[in-house]
Amino acid sequence: MPLLNDKIQIEVRKALQNMAGPVKLVMFTQISNALECEMCSETKALVEEIAALSPAGRLSVEVHDFLDDQAATEQYKVDKIPAIAVVGAQDYGIRFYGIPSGYEFSSLMDDIVTVSKAESGLSAATKAAVAKIDRPVHIQVYVTPT
Amino acid sequence: MVEATEFPHLANKYQVYGVPRTVINETLHIEGAVPEPMLVNELMKVLDP
Repeated sequence: MPLLNDKIQIEVRKALQNMAGPVKLVMFTQISNALECEMCSETKALVEEIAALSPAGRLSVEVHDFLDDQAATEQYKVDKIPAIAVVGAQDYGIRFYGIPSGYEFSSLMDDIVTVSKAESGLSAATKAAVAKIDRPVHIQVYVTPT
Repeated sequence: MVEATEFPHLANKYQVYGVPRTVINETLHIEGAVPEPMLVNELMKVLDP
């Protein structure tokens, strides 16, 4: 039983046609532990379903074990699971923690297409202002699934 | 993006009572969805806290 129904599959397929370059969804879960975290297996199934709907070779999924794969966990600075890093020509630091359902499903789809274009779509004024930031900044946006 | 109900300890830590709630560098908070220039304004405070 797929998570995405026929209607949504059609929408996802259409949205992913707008991808300009390849994107990798780097998924962190617990593969080795029988007690997989709540929502981990569903999140993994979701990203795999999305990737299957992309034009050939455009969207790929890479699955890592949060506990066993220390190198990847450190590389992507992931500190909780389920986690998805949306990575394109470079890693723009975009992370989803928890299952991207409801409105956040649209956020994930938008992010995939945006990352594939390597263009944020932000205004020139925003880009100029942000270019002045000379230190790491951590932005967390808390949301709920509804 | 952090799903608040899956990470209640973080929702509690950052006092997430309404969503979206944006937390910048642990200290700056923005309640609700705000226009891009307003978000940038808040973001620039990290340079001159």
